[in-house]
Amino acid sequence: MSSAEKSPWILHYNASSCNGCDIEILAALTPLYDVERFGIINTGNPAHADIFVVTGSVNEQNKEVLKNLYDQIPEPKVVVAVGICAASGGVFRDCYNVSGGIATIIPVDAYVPGCSVRPEALIEGVVKAIGVLEKKRALFDNGGAK
Amino acid sequence: MNLMSAIGGAVMFLFLAPILGGLIFGVDRVLTARMQSRRGPPILQPFYDIDKLWHKERAFANPVEVIFTSGYLVLIAFSGVILFSGGDLLLVVFALALAHTFLLLAAYAANAPYSIVGAERELIGVMVAEPVLLLLAVGFFMVTESFFVAEILSKTVPAILSLPGVFLALFAVLTLKLRKSPFDIATSHHAHQELVKGVTSSLSGRTLAKVEVAHWYETIIILALMFLFFAGAPILGVAAVVVCYFLEVLMDNLFPRVTWKMTVKSLWIITVIFAVANIAVIGVYGGVV
Repeated sequence: MSSAEKSPWILHYNASSCNGCDIEILAALTPLYDVERFGIINTGNPAHADIFVVTGSVNEQNKEVLKNLYDQIPEPKVVVAVGICAASGGVFRDCYNVSGGIATIIPVDAYVPGCSVRPEALIEGVVKAIGVLEKKRALFDNGGAK
Repeated sequence: MNLMSAIGGAVMFLFLAPILGGLIFGVDRVLTARMQSRRGPPILQPFYDIDKLWHKERAFANPVEVIFTSGYLVLIAFSGVILFSGGDLLLVVFALALAHTFLLLAAYAANAPYSIVGAERELIGVMVAEPVLLLLAVGFFMVTESFFVAEILSKTVPAILSLPGVFLALFAVLTLKLRKSPFDIATSHHAHQELVKGVTSSLSGRTLAKVEVAHWYETIIILALMFLFFAGAPILGVAAVVVCYFLEVLMDNLFPRVTWKMTVKSLWIITVIFAVANIAVIGVYGGVV
């Protein structure tokens, strides 16, 4: 187990969520769930982040923002799509301005189902993503990734 | 102090200060979590963070930040080496100020809005903290008639008896030096802040790790300066430093949303009332209480 697994810092971006999933993400930071136990910090800064947590479906207005934030996160990095909207566009998928799930713009490593997600599911999703992050770091250390 | 103990002190500082500094911040984070009825991260968490940052991709907003952050780390370490080898207090204070200039340059070099506003507010922080550090050196000179740490340490009467006001002012500035308050300057581990992470917003990976380690060094330097007030009574000194640090964490949790304007006003008032008045009294009546 390397330090990548022990110190995952999160960047949370609301693509166009109804705020339901966002409230649950903040709930995970409260004393009841306390994600800092796992060394997780909500950084709010792409330059410091390892895990990109995205809620909501992506639309024509913000797909550039999403791509830009993803590009600013230094390797190794993973993306977690939180909630059904981030996974597939959810009930908004047929709207004229919605591009669909965030996987249409950036590569996704873990999906957390739910509408809205439960904090327990969210934490489990992030922990799964940490496993992927660990593999990516091993690759990165060996010069495999960019 | 002879040459051997001076070199010994310097080497001990260079190797032990990051370990001790990291542990202090680990305990700090657990303590903060417990005060918020959370469990908190492992005590070794700051070391995991540094190791992770060291393995990240090297991405720069501006490549020159490598030089500036290295300069920050080296100058902070230099300042500590002077302090722990029994050197000149004035040199310690000026090296610290120069080190902060390098950090500010790193933030300005990124040429990003959050970094620049962060750097400007950090500059305000330096403006507030520097007078107290200078008055500290002046106060020690007036009481012990020496700027040299080795001679200050050899006194049997603790300087706190003559310099209680300067000590209180240094304690007030500690909150700034530990990067806890004000929250719109601080780059601490609080959740979302107005300026994201202030000066370190655009730094990532190894450059961020260097700034973090420099911060550990600086914490040890400031705590050592607090200890210096109790030269001649080392056990009391260590106890005072521990109590002050605990009070600092407690205050941080009680008043997590102090702004920079409030900080400038309150700290300058404290500096004038306690530190300047203290030194004026010594100047008029002499250093013996």
